[in-house]
Amino acid sequence: MKPSKYLAAGVALAAAVLAGGALAQAKEQFIPANGYWVGPYAPGGSGFFGGMLDYFQLLNERDGGINGVKLTWEKCETEYNNARGVECYERLKAKGSTGATVIHPLSTGITYSLLEKAPADKIPLISMGYGRTDAADGRVFPYVFPLITTYWSQNTAKIKFIGMREGGMDKLKGKKIVNLYHDSAYGKETIPVLDAQAKKYGFTVTHIPVPHPGNEQQSQWLQIRQIRPDWVILRGWGVMNPTAIKAAQRVGFPRNKMLGVWWSGAEEDVIPAGDAAKGYIAAGFNLPGTSFPVVQAIMKNVYGKGKGEMEDRSRIGSIYYTRGLVAGIVTAEAIRTAQEKYGKGKPITGEQMRWGIENLNIDEKRLKELGAVGLMQPLKVTCMDHEGGGAVKFLQWDGAKWNVITDWIASDQSIVRPMIEESAAKYAKEKGITPRDCK
Amino acid sequence: MLYREAGQFRATYAEDQQIFPLRQDRIGIAAVLVLAFVVIPLAGNQYWLSAILTPFLIFALAALGLNILTGYAGQLSLGTAAFMAVGAFATYNFVLRVPGIPILAAFALAGICAALVGIAFGLPSLRIKGFYLAVATLAAQFFVLWAIQRIGWITNYSASGVITAQNYSILGIPIETPVSKYVLTLSIVTVLALLAKNLARSETGRAFMAVRDMDVAASVIGIPLMRTKLLAFAISSFYCGVAGALYAYTYLGTVEPEAFNLDLSFRILFMIIIGGVGSVLGSFLGAAFIVLLPIVLNYVVPPISEATGIEISHAIISNLELMVFGGLIIFFLIVEPHGLARLWQIGKEKLRLWPFPH
Repeated sequence: MKPSKYLAAGVALAAAVLAGGALAQAKEQFIPANGYWVGPYAPGGSGFFGGMLDYFQLLNERDGGINGVKLTWEKCETEYNNARGVECYERLKAKGSTGATVIHPLSTGITYSLLEKAPADKIPLISMGYGRTDAADGRVFPYVFPLITTYWSQNTAKIKFIGMREGGMDKLKGKKIVNLYHDSAYGKETIPVLDAQAKKYGFTVTHIPVPHPGNEQQSQWLQIRQIRPDWVILRGWGVMNPTAIKAAQRVGFPRNKMLGVWWSGAEEDVIPAGDAAKGYIAAGFNLPGTSFPVVQAIMKNVYGKGKGEMEDRSRIGSIYYTRGLVAGIVTAEAIRTAQEKYGKGKPITGEQMRWGIENLNIDEKRLKELGAVGLMQPLKVTCMDHEGGGAVKFLQWDGAKWNVITDWIASDQSIVRPMIEESAAKYAKEKGITPRDCK
Repeated sequence: MLYREAGQFRATYAEDQQIFPLRQDRIGIAAVLVLAFVVIPLAGNQYWLSAILTPFLIFALAALGLNILTGYAGQLSLGTAAFMAVGAFATYNFVLRVPGIPILAAFALAGICAALVGIAFGLPSLRIKGFYLAVATLAAQFFVLWAIQRIGWITNYSASGVITAQNYSILGIPIETPVSKYVLTLSIVTVLALLAKNLARSETGRAFMAVRDMDVAASVIGIPLMRTKLLAFAISSFYCGVAGALYAYTYLGTVEPEAFNLDLSFRILFMIIIGGVGSVLGSFLGAAFIVLLPIVLNYVVPPISEATGIEISHAIISNLELMVFGGLIIFFLIVEPHGLARLWQIGKEKLRLWPFPH
């Protein structure tokens, strides 16, 4: 038999399976929850998906779904492992009446692994605050949405913050910054954008890698002590973060000169470091707390009925939990937006969801209605710009909780955008993609 | 009764030297191949093809590579994932830098690159043995990943060190769908597995085994140790390199260097330990066990919890899966330390006598 024969038969079969599934049910919107509840990264995964699913449950319990369409989901354990992530994706992508609506991989590695599979299946990927930065160029990556802020945007905001602390961007000249990064695709992502800023502002930057998992950092901090930097940017993940904070205390580096990325800025990152973490600063695109009306509504409508996700209720309102809430809000609002175009009260497909995310506009007024003012920044996504926000706030740990110490600091898109477009264009050329016209 | 060789006479040397001398074996293999090449592509859905069977075949190939080195030639290695990484990144560079190169040629060249790296890191095997050699191959694991992450040229100066497989086609047929990727993977794995099966019976394979069993004795009877050991490293790394290339090109499409970490090397080592050291079949059984069992458990546990009415939270199910998996590994190692392949062999011997065991 010729391969083309299998091919046609296989495609026909797959199509039949998909079509069969589509007829089965209606009035339900299926969202896969491919996350991780075990392993070294479980605090992040369980908090994030706890927040997201609690928000979906809130919509179901309080509002009867989105315009009457109930949200449904199924959990699949990825263990933060790429192969398992792909398996979960394939397993759940055709479930529900219209297939998977959207995927939140919550892992840069899994995002990379799905980068081509998801567009082929017409399922959008939301990599909120992680994943591939240049996917912000919606012309080349129509189905990928690194919403709210990318690593590069956030990095320029960090340098702005350092400039503010030093008394002006011109004061950055001659300063020394160390970029202590997790030696992985995630960790390396900001090196070029830091180098570009170093050139622009005249500071020197030293990149020091920490091998995975990062529980051994003696030599790195010895090197930092020799360099005597003015600031240390911590680009860590998991156990690397508390280790770095403790090591900083040991070599006497002031923690209020240490600046963490948002994956280094949760309660789970500082509490193990104990007192050493006092004064440590981290960026965040979502704020912690339980006073937001939306969190209160969840307590009342979801936990009040005993349907909450979090077994440990003290984690409600933690950084990872509210990040999940933001993901839930963004997902639900995009479904709502798509329903407005393709029919209210009808389940939407992944392709329609893509349109919904791309035309998402959450302004201050809408945030107020949602009860999420201050939880997240206003968000407006366009065809060109799949990021939408770009601003971050800085939080300082006082030994017991995170305190917000700045307003939203906008990123410097004059640096980031050209780099994103250049990198996306290179990807398009490699893959033979003709960028969409966004006009 | 069914599985009996009585009445099968081999009259020529060619018949005596077949890969599968028993008629039943030949029929069995043919049936498996028909199943894999015809029935599964026609009947399998996308989930099975792209999330289960393709990775299973790729890991089986990597395990086969390690089995040639460890099982047949007796050289312990912890660098399997590194050789896979060489294969993946070399393919990427061949396709990127040599315009119009056929993808199969790129896979083969990538395998040769991996073989060269394997030879380089196999040099210590001339002096050290056993666990000490494992430590030396550990150096390959770390050095190769370090080089890929540090040398920008290898990843075409990608900021994050991640590569994406280019689109490719064979004889004008674009390999895009899960079915075509599965068939491509299966074809390559089948050819390489048959070659490995043949290798094990050849002069080279016998030399490998002689070195494994006692290298001093092997050198006394005239087997050149250096050539044999390095050849084992080369062939093994070639297999691993091709597996790595397939991992990037038919399975994930986008790979980061960290995908090929020490964890993966260990997983492949466990595959051959569980499947059977020194057996081609064992590589496949071991890969099936390690790749498929967690997924099976993932499917089996929730219905059990529903049926028994005990509500188990998702986190506990996930942890339970790991515990059961670990328990099964220990169980199989106690029941049959020589792996699943040995169980199969015992089963076959019993079948030969069945139903009259005396």
